[in-house]
Amino acid sequence: MLEIRDLHVKFHDRDREAVSGVSLHIEDGEILGLVGESGSGKSVTAMSIAGLLPRRQCDYTGEILLDGKDLLHADRAELRKLHGKEIGVVFQEPMSSMDPLMKIGEQVEEVLLIHTKLTKEERRRMALEAMAAVELADPEAVYDKYPHELSGGMLQRAMIAAAIVIKPRLLLLDEPTTALDVTIQAQILDLLKKLNRESGISMLFISHNLNVVRKLCRRVAVMQRGVLVEEGETETVFHHPQHPYTQRLVAAIPTRCRKEDQP
Amino acid sequence: MKYAAKRIATLLVTMVVVSFLAFVAFDLISGDPAEMMLGTEATPEALAALREEMGLNRPLVVRYGDWLLGFVTGDLGMSYDYYQPVGELLAPKILVTLCLSLLSFVIITVISIPLGIWSAQRSGGLFGAVHTTGNQLFMAIPPFFTGMILSWVFGTILHWFTPGAFPGLTNVPVALKHLLFASVAIAIPRIAMTGRMLRSTIRSEQRKSYVRTAISRGNDRGAVLRRHVLKNALVPVVTFLAQTMAEIVAGGIVVEQVFGIPGLGRMLVVSIANRDYPVVQAIVVILAFWVVLAGTVADLVNARIDPRLQLGGDA
Repeated sequence: MLEIRDLHVKFHDRDREAVSGVSLHIEDGEILGLVGESGSGKSVTAMSIAGLLPRRQCDYTGEILLDGKDLLHADRAELRKLHGKEIGVVFQEPMSSMDPLMKIGEQVEEVLLIHTKLTKEERRRMALEAMAAVELADPEAVYDKYPHELSGGMLQRAMIAAAIVIKPRLLLLDEPTTALDVTIQAQILDLLKKLNRESGISMLFISHNLNVVRKLCRRVAVMQRGVLVEEGETETVFHHPQHPYTQRLVAAIPTRCRKEDQP
Repeated sequence: MKYAAKRIATLLVTMVVVSFLAFVAFDLISGDPAEMMLGTEATPEALAALREEMGLNRPLVVRYGDWLLGFVTGDLGMSYDYYQPVGELLAPKILVTLCLSLLSFVIITVISIPLGIWSAQRSGGLFGAVHTTGNQLFMAIPPFFTGMILSWVFGTILHWFTPGAFPGLTNVPVALKHLLFASVAIAIPRIAMTGRMLRSTIRSEQRKSYVRTAISRGNDRGAVLRRHVLKNALVPVVTFLAQTMAEIVAGGIVVEQVFGIPGLGRMLVVSIANRDYPVVQAIVVILAFWVVLAGTVADLVNARIDPRLQLGGDA
């Protein structure tokens, strides 16, 4: 459904390309993991898909095709029709990614306000459904709360609810669990797995943690310094890493985890 | 709601403290009111009798309580100069100054907010340079100077109004002309300041992560601004506007002089010159109340905009 062909992105104020020649594809209903350290270009890749690149501050070439439609060179108005509706995004810091002065419920249903002609009641009903789907306890009460009244884990659930309320084709998850406690992290991963299984939304899951990716994704791509260095079945990459960088990444995972997680 | 009650309680306490300080200050500087009323040639017996009559022999706190009670019920004492109750003397002037301030405030708000939003959308290069220079220039123009230019151009040359011949508030169209020009003079530097402030808060809000989220949901620039950025950018501007509201009254003193508008400011200047302490004292306390009231209103408005502010309590 999504295909990236030879993506190059270079910011004007940097010497090196942030992304150089990345080609990737995501199948229908698949969760693809994208792993790399900070500055490896994985977030820039995601931002390119989401149309969030600051276009005036960078040069970009290549193609990003969503069902054959090029996103990379589409004009703003065209992109806005896709934003939120076809592609949902969940960012790393749920607290700063939410508008501090807007009620959770209004933020969850904002996509519906933009892309549909549903009435206020219908939007509210769908928002509450989405909030229930992400297992937020007591959606009715959470609906009227402000971000500062919720915990990080609850906020991230709300962010996910906001991203899936309109049932997009693709969900971009940019380190969605990095800022959370380990126990909450595991819960969010389970939730994402469940959503993928039940609604078939394709996902691109970005993380610097290969171990987290392994729990969620059947296929993984590894990036280093803007280049895609390895791609394949997660278990294959995990057990037989080909590229030296991937080997170092695997070696960096504590051995206890490696053993415990043997399937 | 609880926050509002707390804030209003704080306001009342502040008012009591401020008025007490003002009372003590005037008690210390004004010397003997009995002597001032009777003159230096009065006999000691007459002075003592008057002191007794005016209640000056009672302790300070009792006199303060008495004065405060009078203040709340509208009895502000007698003017030394006009032999007239201060309340009666000041009421029309307060009304004039209030009209002038409100008019300035409306002009400032109505112009500076769209101006700030508009200028925030443009950046860099020539616009940035022109904007900064123009802004600095307008901020630097003192209201009395603009006032002089305005009354010269529109009064002396164009005869749209006669400077110094304020007809009183009952003659609405003519009074409005006077007040309008004076308000513009007061408003110009404030418009520049408020506009610049809004521009900078909008621009810093636009760099925040929630804006990225809003764009990722399919909002266009206008919708991001309307739904998200503006509200977030407003809190410091509301605080600033409240300070402005307080300062307009003080700034109005000079402008009232320039345009010959009989407001509180002119009254204050005249009373200070004549050492008419009851009048000065009343005006000082009214101005102080005005300042703390404006601050409280700003806090209440901001707490409605940003519910997080209600958590801090008295902060």
